[in-house]
Amino acid sequence: MFDDLTLKLESVFKKLRGYGKISESNIADSMREVRRVLLDSDVNYKVVKQFAEDVQKRALGQEVIASINPGQLIIKIIHNELVKLLGETRQDIKYSVMPPTVIMVAGLQGSGKTTFCAKLANHLKRKGNFPMLAAADIYRPAAIDQLLMLGKQIDIPVHYDRNKNAVEIAVDSIDHARKSARDVVIIDTAGRLHIDDEMMKEVETIKSRVNPNEILFVVDSMTGQDAVNTAKAFHDRLNFDGVVLTKLDGDTRGGAALSIRSVVNKPIKFVGVGEKLDALEPFHPDRMASRILGMGDIVTFVEKAQLEYDQEKAQKLEERLRKSQFTLEDFLEQLQEVKKMGPISQVLSMIPGMNKLPANAEIDNKSLVRVEAIIQSMSKTERSNPNVINGTRRRRIAIGSGTSVQEVNRVMKQFFEMQKMMKMFSRGKMPKHFRGLKLPTA
Amino acid sequence: MGFFDKFKFSRLKEGLTKTRENIIAKVQKLITSKSKIDDELLNNLEEILILGDVGVSTTHQIIENIKVRVKQERYENSTELDRLLREEIQKMLLNGNGSDEAPFVISHTQKPHVIMIVGVNGVGKTTTIGKLAYNYKTAGKKVLIAAADTFRAAANEQLEIWAKRAGVDIIQQAHGADPAAVAYDSLKSGIANNVDVMIIDTAGRLHTKINLMEELKKIKRVLQKLMPEAPHEIYLVLDATTGQNAIQQAKQFTSAVGITGLVLTKLDGTAKGGVVIAVSQELNIPVKFIGVGETIEDLQPFDKNAFVNALFEKNEDI
Repeated sequence: MFDDLTLKLESVFKKLRGYGKISESNIADSMREVRRVLLDSDVNYKVVKQFAEDVQKRALGQEVIASINPGQLIIKIIHNELVKLLGETRQDIKYSVMPPTVIMVAGLQGSGKTTFCAKLANHLKRKGNFPMLAAADIYRPAAIDQLLMLGKQIDIPVHYDRNKNAVEIAVDSIDHARKSARDVVIIDTAGRLHIDDEMMKEVETIKSRVNPNEILFVVDSMTGQDAVNTAKAFHDRLNFDGVVLTKLDGDTRGGAALSIRSVVNKPIKFVGVGEKLDALEPFHPDRMASRILGMGDIVTFVEKAQLEYDQEKAQKLEERLRKSQFTLEDFLEQLQEVKKMGPISQVLSMIPGMNKLPANAEIDNKSLVRVEAIIQSMSKTERSNPNVINGTRRRRIAIGSGTSVQEVNRVMKQFFEMQKMMKMFSRGKMPKHFRGLKLPTA
Repeated sequence: MGFFDKFKFSRLKEGLTKTRENIIAKVQKLITSKSKIDDELLNNLEEILILGDVGVSTTHQIIENIKVRVKQERYENSTELDRLLREEIQKMLLNGNGSDEAPFVISHTQKPHVIMIVGVNGVGKTTTIGKLAYNYKTAGKKVLIAAADTFRAAANEQLEIWAKRAGVDIIQQAHGADPAAVAYDSLKSGIANNVDVMIIDTAGRLHTKINLMEELKKIKRVLQKLMPEAPHEIYLVLDATTGQNAIQQAKQFTSAVGITGLVLTKLDGTAKGGVVIAVSQELNIPVKFIGVGETIEDLQPFDKNAFVNALFEKNEDI
């Protein structure tokens, strides 16, 4: 996410860090680069102009010239300004005091509304709510079927009616939610162009009839300069409460996020980061700014780990570690826990420093599958007592898992390294060569 | 102009009105406020082009070219700017379906003519296929659609509705089936049934997903087992609202399967689709079609002359 932008800014900052003293022309040069980077990232032209001016003004102030490390300070200023632009604090959905809470979702065609609706429902369900979906997109071929299928996948009811219009469906869905004790209704509306007056009137009517607690505007994070026009048009009509950025799992630099936020002054509340229905993250402006600047996003990583990690299993592992009993069985369990957190490449991108991996270093879950296959081809005795695995056994394991003896050897070596490290951890010692920690690959 | 008859041309203009109003109105305002082509005028031109998603480097290239020509050919009057700009942009766009080449006539005799449609999620692949099928059918061809998007929920249903609208046959398998298998079976059936044109729908995929790009390669591979020349065309569908990321998309899809043409959709909004200039130039891929609306007729063969002319036509000519 935002990788290219990060790389480019990094080279600018590297230069800046090198300066002991910063002159006006140093700053002007760097700002020209920053401006170019932001434009290449689809940040709106006018927003970029304002941003560059703000940063330059602050950077030229007394504080920078006088500080010990002016380069660092400028980076901090850019970071702060980015956070400011992205909307300082994180904001959640507004819930209704009287259930059901009504959430209406709107946006252009193809921005990812229907998928987002299902993801949001899934997210709320995991948080303990009882959401319901309403299919108010009656225009796009098979939009209702799509929502029905998604609802089925996550086991959430979908209100639909093939004989009624969008407004009626939306109104009915709230009644329906009340009767079936659902506390959140998510209304999926049709994609529409902001200049299509008739369609914009329809979505206004839905708004006035259902009086939603929250209106979310969904926008494709790959959108270019036009993002501000669309956002503004939808905002003028609907006065929406928040923005959802989709398809952020690609390599888009997502400049649209900065533009929209600064033009309509409404927070970005969620980001879509994958095709699976759990690939939705709350938006955190400060973390996003850190991410843009290549500082990693360790907080999201830890939260994700907490959410996915089975606490009981973790405790058991800790006990075993204390007794220095780390076996292949545990190794496998660890792998599976990591896998639950999402694609490895995505997990890695959140760890500071890891985003500096060469862009083509492809770490995907496929290699984990191979490691898993290798361990699963071992007998119980072998797994709990790895020392018995000799050459003959290795050959058998390789055949059983459809891999080669070399690959089995590699996994074994990694396991023993990890075991050694775990032992050191359990004795409270920090291993000297912590940097040598490698992820299992086969 | 062959297929590109008057009616269609007016639709293209209609679709492009928003785009044109934005760029043209601004350029004209510029011209009337200034009588000479100077740096300030060119700076303002930079803003206009960047706001049209043309991108920083392409914009700079266009402006540099104009600067050189202003110097060499001694243009001073600002009214020349409109023409210069038009010429420079035209130079950068490759010929798609030139006005002398009819778009829905197939140049080879092999049957079927296989077209594969690829792109990221939500750009309008399925809609484009519906429109393409309709156009080929109207041109008197026997068309078959292969539904190889087996991933997205209800993709089959959506495509089926479009096939019905276009009045063409469709082959589909269960949700979650191997897309390469669907493509293979469809081509087999297409050959057996003497189909003229087969259009393959694929699931939307972000160009950064390695596994999914491998899947595309596999579809192409298995098609070639039945017909070494297939697919004859691989179209990448680009959303006009997309910004500079479109270049990455085009690069990745090109390196995976080789793109033979672009389809630029959603030009009926306010987005300008300026990035297509950079894509076309950098990767040497022509724009073949543009989508200018939601009905089945709203697909236009791309003609760069008509496109740029429509883009820069004076307002009173509309």
